[in-house]
Amino acid sequence: LRLLIGILFTFAFAAATGLGATWLAVSHGYGFGDVTLGPWRAMPRSGSTSIDPFARAALARSGELPLGSGDGIAFFARTDGVGQPLDGRCEVTLSGLTPVARYWTLTLYDAEGGLVPNALGRHGFTSAETVRASDGRFRIVIAPRSRPGNWLPSGGVQQYVLALRLYDSTVGVATHVGRDAALPTLERGACP
Amino acid sequence: MRWIAWLLAAAFLGGIVHIVTVLALPAAATRDAYSRLAGATTENAVTLLPQPTPEQKLLPYMDPAFAVAICRFDLAQGPLKLQVPLTQAYTSITFYTRQGTVFYAINDQAAGRRAIELDFMTAAQRAALQDDEEVTAADRLIVEAPTETGLIALRALAPEPGMLPAVRGALGSARCGPPPPP
Repeated sequence: LRLLIGILFTFAFAAATGLGATWLAVSHGYGFGDVTLGPWRAMPRSGSTSIDPFARAALARSGELPLGSGDGIAFFARTDGVGQPLDGRCEVTLSGLTPVARYWTLTLYDAEGGLVPNALGRHGFTSAETVRASDGRFRIVIAPRSRPGNWLPSGGVQQYVLALRLYDSTVGVATHVGRDAALPTLERGACP
Repeated sequence: MRWIAWLLAAAFLGGIVHIVTVLALPAAATRDAYSRLAGATTENAVTLLPQPTPEQKLLPYMDPAFAVAICRFDLAQGPLKLQVPLTQAYTSITFYTRQGTVFYAINDQAAGRRAIELDFMTAAQRAALQDDEEVTAADRLIVEAPTETGLIALRALAPEPGMLPAVRGALGSARCGPPPPP
């Protein structure tokens, strides 16, 4: 009987830890070769044949079509610069410069990767429509209510995700954190 | 003491379960990009996807500044020819296997002046091609597919929302299908 209990326990424990670890890895999208720059995270290998099994499983589950490495790179931010989750009821300022790229786009998504409804019908900015200072720096304010300048409506959602996509850019697998590429900062302002 | 041995065995088995499930997941997934697009696209033809809106999206995390068209390919019947007109700002073509792995990507900078034109086939079909005709490979872009089925995503950027109709129109005139008879 001890043997039977032991075997049953072993199998149950193995199934629980194994499946639990898979669920964790896949739903959080952990992969090898991630590039992290402040709050921004990219998986440049997911756009090539050197994609690792974890990233492949995560993509199969989410249903995304990743950008190809020769096309561009996508950075995602779920928190601001100090690690607070991005809250649509607060004012968040995105400012600074972007790495060299022919075009970039910034898009605001809900936690499931859908667009957030708002009265303006604006879901992001492209590099061509962003108003810049003379030194090339720009400022985009993400807030539930209208702001002067580049205003990206947050729709007041509890949590959102920002995607900064660089098209035809040199940023890739070999990019080193903070040295080769400067990404815009995210700073939280007034919160109700 | 005995329990420690059981625990170690359990942890080891758990590791195996973890690795096997991670490796098996892409093949077992029913909600991956290919499955989501299978009903909305035609095989070996270009389908312009609707722009994502807050109410509906075909795929998560689509870039709303881009028009996207899909050619869902099956090379079992023979090679395909792909012709994509270039738009003003930025156009790219990305090739995905059935499992969603990118195996080739090209953008307008790497292509000709007015359109991206390429022939798309499996390694076996390419080998057969070289047997029965003189291929002038220099002026022909040939992409080899590692799998018989998969997706080709054509993306074109509208730098400003007002340009989206024109960009969608251009992308809608892209062609993906069997090569015309010589």
